[in-house]
Amino acid sequence: MRKLFLKSIKSSTRNKFSTYIMVIAFFSIAAILVEAGILGSLFKGLLVPMCYYIILAVSLNLTVGILGELSLGHAGFMCVGAYVGGVFSILTKDIITSALIRFPLALVVGGLAAGLFGILIGIPILRLKGDYLAIVTLAFGEIIKKLVQNIYIIKDVTGFHFSFATSIDTSTIDSESKQVILNGPMSISGIPKNANIVIGVILVLITLFVIMNLVDSRSGRAFMAIRDNRIVAEGIGINITKYKLIVFSFSAFFAGVAGSLFAHFSTVDPTKFDYNLSILILVFVVLGGIGNIRGSVIAAVILYALPELLRSFQNYRMLIYAIVLIVMMILNNNEKFLRFKERFTFKRLFAKKHAKEDA
Amino acid sequence: MALLEIKDLCISFGGLQAVQNFSISIEQNQLYGLIGPNGAGKTTVFNLLTGVYKPTSGSITLDGQGISGKSPMEINKSGIARTYQNIRLFSNMSVLDNVKVGLHNQIKYSAFSGIFRLPSYWKQEKLMNERALKLLKVFDLEHQSKNLSCNLPYGKQRKLEIVRALATNPKLLLLDEPAAGMNPNETAELMNTIKFIRDEFNIAILLIEHDMRLVSGICEQVAVLNFGSELTHGNTNEVLKDPRVITAYLGE
Ligand SMILES: Nc1ncnc2c1ncn2[C@@H]1O[C@H](COP(=O)(O)OP(=O)(O)OP(=O)(O)O)[C@@H](O)[C@H]1O
Ligand SMILES: [Mg+2]
Repeated sequence: MRKLFLKSIKSSTRNKFSTYIMVIAFFSIAAILVEAGILGSLFKGLLVPMCYYIILAVSLNLTVGILGELSLGHAGFMCVGAYVGGVFSILTKDIITSALIRFPLALVVGGLAAGLFGILIGIPILRLKGDYLAIVTLAFGEIIKKLVQNIYIIKDVTGFHFSFATSIDTSTIDSESKQVILNGPMSISGIPKNANIVIGVILVLITLFVIMNLVDSRSGRAFMAIRDNRIVAEGIGINITKYKLIVFSFSAFFAGVAGSLFAHFSTVDPTKFDYNLSILILVFVVLGGIGNIRGSVIAAVILYALPELLRSFQNYRMLIYAIVLIVMMILNNNEKFLRFKERFTFKRLFAKKHAKEDA
Repeated sequence: MALLEIKDLCISFGGLQAVQNFSISIEQNQLYGLIGPNGAGKTTVFNLLTGVYKPTSGSITLDGQGISGKSPMEINKSGIARTYQNIRLFSNMSVLDNVKVGLHNQIKYSAFSGIFRLPSYWKQEKLMNERALKLLKVFDLEHQSKNLSCNLPYGKQRKLEIVRALATNPKLLLLDEPAAGMNPNETAELMNTIKFIRDEFNIAILLIEHDMRLVSGICEQVAVLNFGSELTHGNTNEVLKDPRVITAYLGE
């Protein structure tokens, strides 16, 4: 009995470690190749986005794959994180001068804000299922986008000026000291661009650590039980409300962190966080394998990088992208390929060694 | 005092009176049968007892505590666990994990301890694994603990459902047609297992069954439902000889 327990721990730990190693190895090699000039600057610019897309895909997989609820509003949570994290950095730039302290705080603040939205949105939609949940989360994403397009915040010596309209009344603002923080549909300016590949990879690893450990624990079993049969899960004494809210808040938190990372890397333009982005992340999750965390990582990297790298093919770009999508879809449902893939995973390589030791 | 006291339980779906004025009481450690022709309302009684449906009227008392109107989660926590007529396992989870979900409220640690792998995680997981494997062993399932539950053969899936229900540490176990789809040998084995569970875990069992050999073989008391109303209840041998019961089953 003891042996079996130890074995089960080993196999799940092995699985996790192989995922961490995969991420570290991929990004180290990519960074080295970029430094050595083998991969061009185009590729270099893709590394940080890969990190936030991985975080987005993994966190969405928690909701879609592990809890089994279809969410189409992930971009909305990312948007909350980007805005709150970005504004936090702008406001604290003069107070907390060290980026080493300010940036991690901005990431956490962005995540917490999004997590709060996750809970706020989660409570009214707890009873919804399937299509209805998809519709509500979709609407949430669109509403958030519209909201941030209409917020104006200007700071001057007299304090903050808020406006929630199509424009802001500038007559009362002291033009000498004015600093525009949010300017409606215009993109945010003045966020320090602190993001880099090292912090990106660290965030990916933290996300993987938290989500994979959560899934492989008492709570994770509750999530999956709810996914497999909600009525039975309830009948077995599982608090559905509690565990759904845990998932919604964690999923939104990490989307917010990804958003904040994004805000400190590229221009925050509210139109970016639209329906298409939510769908794109969902595509990563579906093609990487529903409920398969490592699959989400791989799919996010390949499917994000591909269309970017194919830019030189211009018109054929989306055609090739579509073909890759279809091929991945077919392969993911192909028994033979899945068995082939099994043979080449770290898990199996390690497993063989251990099998000998056990014998 | 009886363990379970059901008084004048009624429920109607639209115009259909699915259960009317159903009253029985089950003693501690008793094996009680619930029989009746198809569509008589037996499964509906289970759904009422477990809080899936709310009764239109009537009361259910477990251990002196009123439970009608409570949620399925609360009712499970107060001590009723069940299996389902058509098997409902967590099919994408392993056999072991199905049982560990059943242990959810028995052996606990927080999500936080789980994420950061604090000592309580290791301690409680170890306990859970031991307890789950011990339960699986009762049903000869311990060697399949790593399999996906949907890959088990039918008979073993039924057993796993019982293990999962037992894991919640009930005072009363409800079995909905546990012998359905089993051959006579398997049924005979199941009868022994049910008696063993009752003695080993010291619980009461209420079971729905169409197989009269099983009912007469192990149930001490039986209640008969027909078209939602209770035809009779009492000592198994007497009830099964009752001409009204025979007519209800065979028809005029
Ligand atoms: N949710 C529901 N809505 C409407 N009618 C229902 C519902 N649940 C059960 N019924 C009806 O109540 C009656 C009793 O059903 P129930 O499933 O309890 O029968 P049963 O005694 O378990 O039969 P069987 O032996 O076939 O399992 C049936 O006529 C059924 O159609
Ligand atoms: Mg039934």
